[in-house]
Amino acid sequence: MPQSVNEHNDMPSGQQDKRPAARALSLRGMLRKNPGDLIFENVTRFFAFVVLSLVFLMVYEMSVQSWPSIRHFGFQFITSSEWDPVNDIYGALPFIYGTLFSSLGALLFAVPLSVGVAIFLSEIAPGWLEQPLSMLVELLAAIPSIVYGLFGIFVMVPWLQTDVQPFLIEEFGWMPLFEGAPYGFGMLAAILILTIMVLPIITSISRDVMRSIPDTQREAAMALGATRWEAIRIVLTGAKSGILSASLLGLGRAVGETMAVTMVIGNSADISLSVLNPAHTMASVLANEFAEATSQLYISSLIEIALLLFVMTLILNAIARAIVWRITRRFGATAA
Amino acid sequence: MYDIMQQSLKENDIPRIQETLESVSGATDAARAPRMEALGLNAWYGKTQALFNVTLSIPRNKVLAIIGPSGCGKSTFLRSLNRMHEEVGGSIGGSILLDGEDIMDRDPVFLRRKVGMVFQKPNPFPTMTVAQNVVAGLKLNGMRDRKELARIAEENLKRVALWDEVKDVLHKPGSSLSGGQQQRLCIARTLAVEPEVILMDEPASALDPISTMKIEELIDELKKKYTIVIVTHNMQQAARISDFTAFFYMGKLIEVDKTAKIFTKPTHRQTEDYVTGSFG
Repeated sequence: MPQSVNEHNDMPSGQQDKRPAARALSLRGMLRKNPGDLIFENVTRFFAFVVLSLVFLMVYEMSVQSWPSIRHFGFQFITSSEWDPVNDIYGALPFIYGTLFSSLGALLFAVPLSVGVAIFLSEIAPGWLEQPLSMLVELLAAIPSIVYGLFGIFVMVPWLQTDVQPFLIEEFGWMPLFEGAPYGFGMLAAILILTIMVLPIITSISRDVMRSIPDTQREAAMALGATRWEAIRIVLTGAKSGILSASLLGLGRAVGETMAVTMVIGNSADISLSVLNPAHTMASVLANEFAEATSQLYISSLIEIALLLFVMTLILNAIARAIVWRITRRFGATAA
Repeated sequence: MYDIMQQSLKENDIPRIQETLESVSGATDAARAPRMEALGLNAWYGKTQALFNVTLSIPRNKVLAIIGPSGCGKSTFLRSLNRMHEEVGGSIGGSILLDGEDIMDRDPVFLRRKVGMVFQKPNPFPTMTVAQNVVAGLKLNGMRDRKELARIAEENLKRVALWDEVKDVLHKPGSSLSGGQQQRLCIARTLAVEPEVILMDEPASALDPISTMKIEELIDELKKKYTIVIVTHNMQQAARISDFTAFFYMGKLIEVDKTAKIFTKPTHRQTEDYVTGSFG
């Protein structure tokens, strides 16, 4: 009992001792700072502030400008599928649907493919192959999206139209997913082009996450009599949440991708289960219609879509970053 | 079997382990035969040779400590015994016998179930719970029976004297334990696969003194059932826990003998210099 009293007495006094000391130190540091440092510090502080205010400015402007549409349609804006500029009626559901359908569809193909490539790069490929292959994958991310769009229009769409879609219709036409006519342009083209476009980001982040898992983990598995594949599976369980966040970042990319999608998706504000039908995404409708938007409400509705898209990607990215941050912290703590 | 032993006697001048064993215990041939033997073992990292013609017997149910300065090849030797050395791009020449059979003829995956390994840094799987960590090896081998797995987890946690400390946190991640607990968890994980030999690569060097003591007590307990080879930087540790000690220097085995002899009157000058602290 006396001991605990002592401890209680010691603790606060120890803290009190520390605080003024720390303050004095920083105060002395401030006084001693030379003018060059002071200027440099404030200039960089200003730049950081500029970035921050840009984000807020954008949100503010979008909110203000979409206010007429928000007030006019309310919540119905995102539940109504009627998009009729002639009569000034706007519902964004077809675009939200198209965005989710195309992005999730792209993830369905891209995640297994990317994880496979990442496993090869991180666990299997010898150094001389790994380097150039990694570079090639990352190069895919550097190709401008208009180039993907052109590739889509001139190579992929004709191929889909003459070979893939007739086959799908004939074999699986009884499923709603593959109902319709072989246009070439449409959801399937958008999904495939997005798959290629999100592949690099998912691959390179998954690879980095897998590499961040210390070799002691692989050795632990091997020493227990794991085969190479089983050791990789252990690595994969460790990298699971990292791969998830890589996928979310890929999803964020797919959701916001505009040019290439606009060029191949067929641009039609319909909600359809079939991947063969033309569709629209939030990004593609903006790219397509902002120039012809004349009425105040039309413009306001497009800006509201932009705001929704902005918030959507922001949330996806925030979640993904948070997961990556948690992983690096965990392995930093246990394996350092 | 015996031929090889005789051969190793002739080939190298280090047969004292067997002699001592025979003089100490009136055991049968089978019990006297070494658990593992390295015969003319050479090992390389790429083109750099790390081990030179090492011939060494590893006696059954004893603790063999391997000491020597950094870079002397002691870890390489240890990692050759379960063929982990080859996994990091190393290569091996000569032969290593486990119960008289050359391990080079065996699938390394099966070999490692017989020859378990504990590493310098505790390396539990952070995505698995404490209980899952213990049975990770068995799960790899295809065991699925949940009750049986739970029983084995408990049994092995008790064997490493960790059960009382973790029985309430079995479902927390393995990495949530303290360093010393993690290392005992890793030993439990190794034991769960039921190996015959346990290789330990400086298992206590990352731990505090109390955890180190617990690991040492555990090693003493484990040698009743297992053959243990432990690499250590800590000569007091080698003196405390081992029955035999091998001194490596510059990739060569300089001397192996009963631990007491190595630390009191070693045959070789280099050994004496090392254990008395003149170098290394």
